[in-house]
Amino acid sequence: MVNGSPTLAPPAIAVDGLRFNYGEKQVLHDISLEIPSREITAFIGPSGCGKSTLLRCFNRINDRIPGAKVTGGEIRIAGIDIARPDLDIQMLRRRVGMVFQKWNPFPKSIYDNIAYGLRIHGEKSRKVLDERVEYCLRRVALWDDVKDRLRASAFGLSGGQQQRLCIARTIATKPDIILMDEPCSALDPLSTLKVEELLLELKREYTIVIVTHNLAQASRCSDKTAFFYLGKLIEHSETQKMFSNPSVKQTEEYVSGAFG
Amino acid sequence: MDNPEQLIRKGVHHAGLKEGAVKGFLGGLTWGIVFIALLIFGRICWDGVPALIKPEAPFVDIGFLTKETETLHVFDDASGARHSMPASEYHAWKDAHGADAVFNEQTYAYSGGGIAGPILGTALLTLLSIVIALFFGVAAAIYLSEYAKQGRFINLVRLAILNLAGVPSIVFGLFGFAVFVLAAPIFTDNPAERTLFAIPLGFTYLSFEGWKPSLIAGAATLACMVLPVIITASEESLRAVPQGFREASLALGATRWHTIRKCVLPFALPGILTSSVLSLARAAGETAPIMFTAAVAAKGLPSLNPYTAMTSQVQALPYHIYTLAARIPTSEYTQRAQYGSVFVFLMMIFLFSTVSIILRQRVRSKLKW
Repeated sequence: MVNGSPTLAPPAIAVDGLRFNYGEKQVLHDISLEIPSREITAFIGPSGCGKSTLLRCFNRINDRIPGAKVTGGEIRIAGIDIARPDLDIQMLRRRVGMVFQKWNPFPKSIYDNIAYGLRIHGEKSRKVLDERVEYCLRRVALWDDVKDRLRASAFGLSGGQQQRLCIARTIATKPDIILMDEPCSALDPLSTLKVEELLLELKREYTIVIVTHNLAQASRCSDKTAFFYLGKLIEHSETQKMFSNPSVKQTEEYVSGAFG
Repeated sequence: MDNPEQLIRKGVHHAGLKEGAVKGFLGGLTWGIVFIALLIFGRICWDGVPALIKPEAPFVDIGFLTKETETLHVFDDASGARHSMPASEYHAWKDAHGADAVFNEQTYAYSGGGIAGPILGTALLTLLSIVIALFFGVAAAIYLSEYAKQGRFINLVRLAILNLAGVPSIVFGLFGFAVFVLAAPIFTDNPAERTLFAIPLGFTYLSFEGWKPSLIAGAATLACMVLPVIITASEESLRAVPQGFREASLALGATRWHTIRKCVLPFALPGILTSSVLSLARAAGETAPIMFTAAVAAKGLPSLNPYTAMTSQVQALPYHIYTLAARIPTSEYTQRAQYGSVFVFLMMIFLFSTVSIILRQRVRSKLKW
C-alpha cells in the first residue's frame, strides 16, 4: 500500500464482475476492481474503451440514458450495493459528486451555482450558505478572483475558472467521493496544472476517481491507475508500477505510446 | 505562368448571362410576392384608414373602437337631407322629431356604432385559449421530452401531435361543438334533458351536457387548435437547454422535477413564450373554430362578472368581419364598419407578430451557452 499499512475499512468503491450494455451492445465486460479511500485513481485507455461509462455507473447518472443498463455484477459503495431498489439515489449522488468533461456551470450567478446543491437539500440559512460558498471557493483557489463579483454570471469566468467553479459546486454538498470525467481535456496547460494541484490538495479529504486521456496527468497525480481496453479492465495497479514496469504487454504498448 | 492571356475573356460571356438570368428569375418571383402582399395590404389600408383615422385630433375614431355594435339607420329628413346613425341615436332623433319626419328609411345590421364588443371578445378568447393551451402544452412537452421513455411509441405520439397541427380549423370547430358545447361536464342541480349522463354527487350532479356556446367553449376549442404548435415549440425549447445542465443538477442530488423546475424550465421559458405569441396570432385570427362554439353576431360588451362572462357568448373580430361581409348587403354606408374592422384586426395581428418576433430575437441573443 502506498499510504503505509493496509487498512481494514471497506474500499470506497468495489466493482464486482460488472457487465454493462448500451442497448444490445455490451460495453463493459466483467469489470472487477476496488478503489481505496482518500486516493486518486486514474482510469486510462483509448476512446470508447468504457472508462467513462464505468465512472458514470458509480453515481448512476447513466440511468437517464435510454437503453443503458447493468446486465450483471454489482457496484458497492462503502459496502452498499447501489443497484438495490430501496437506494436513495439523490443521497447517493450527493455523496458521490461528479465533475464533467465540459465545464457546465448553470447560467446563474457564481454564488447561486455553489449554493444550488445546498438549496436542493433544503439549506435556507443565509449564513450557512455564505460560509459554505466562501469555503468552497477558497478550496478551489477561486475566492480571491471572484469575491467581488459573486453575483455576476458564472459565464463571465474563463474556462479553467469555470471548471474549478464546477469542482467547488461539487464539494459544496460534502461528498465522500468525487468522480471526474476528463476534467482537463478542454483546458489549457496552465489551467490544467491548477486543477491538478487542486486534486492533490483535495485527496486528503476525498476519494477521487479521474478519467483522463492525458497519460502524463495520470502519472503525475494518481496513486492507482486502471487501464481499460475495449471494455475490459486490462491492468490495475500502483501508478508508478504501471508506468515503469507494467505486467501486461498491452499496457506497456499504451503507456509507451505505441497505440491509442 | 504560361499564357496569362487566358485570364482575359474573349467573345460572348455565356456564364455571366446565365447567372444574370437566374438572378433575374428568382428576384422577379420574390418581388412579385412582395408586390402582391403590398397590394392586399395597401387595399385594406386604403379603405380602412379613412374609416379609422381622422384628419383632426385625436386622429383616431375613438368611438369606433369603444362603442358597441348597433344597427345602422339611414334615412331622409323632411328637408331631404340624408342621415345615417346607429340605432340608439336614431331612436333619440325619432323621439325628438317624430316618426313622421323619417323618409326612405333603410337599416343595415351590425354596421353602426363601434366594434368594442368584437375587440374585447377576441382579446378574451385569445388570452383564455393561450392560458389553457400553455398549461396543457407545456405539461405535455415536459412529459414528452423529460419523462417519457424515448422510443418508437413516443415518436409515434409526436408524429400524431404534429399531424394534429395540420387538421383544418373547421374540423376543430365541429370537434369543439361536439365536445365542449354538447358534452363537456358541468356541475348542476338540474341536469338538462339532453344530458349524456349525469353522475349524482349527493349535493349536486355532474352532468355531461356541455358548456353551450360560450367564451370558455370557444377558448377551449382554440386551445386544442394551437396545442400541437405549442407542444412542438415547447419541446424544441426544452431540448435546446444543454444536457450538461440536467446532468450537473442530477449529479448534485436533485430530483428530476427539481432539475426541470430550476435548471431546465427557466432557460426554456423565454423560447416557449415567444413561440406561443405566434400561435396567439393564429388563435386570434381563426373564424371556423369559434363559429359554432363561442361567437355571436350581436351582443353587448362582455360581463364584468367572470362566471357570467365565461359562460356567455361573445362577439369576435374574425366572425364580425365574416358577418359584415357575407350576411348583410354591402353599400356605401356599411363600408366604414367593414373596412374599419378588417383594418383594426390586421393591426392587432400585426402587433402580436411583431412583438413576438422582436421578443424572440432579444431572447435568442441573450440566452447563449
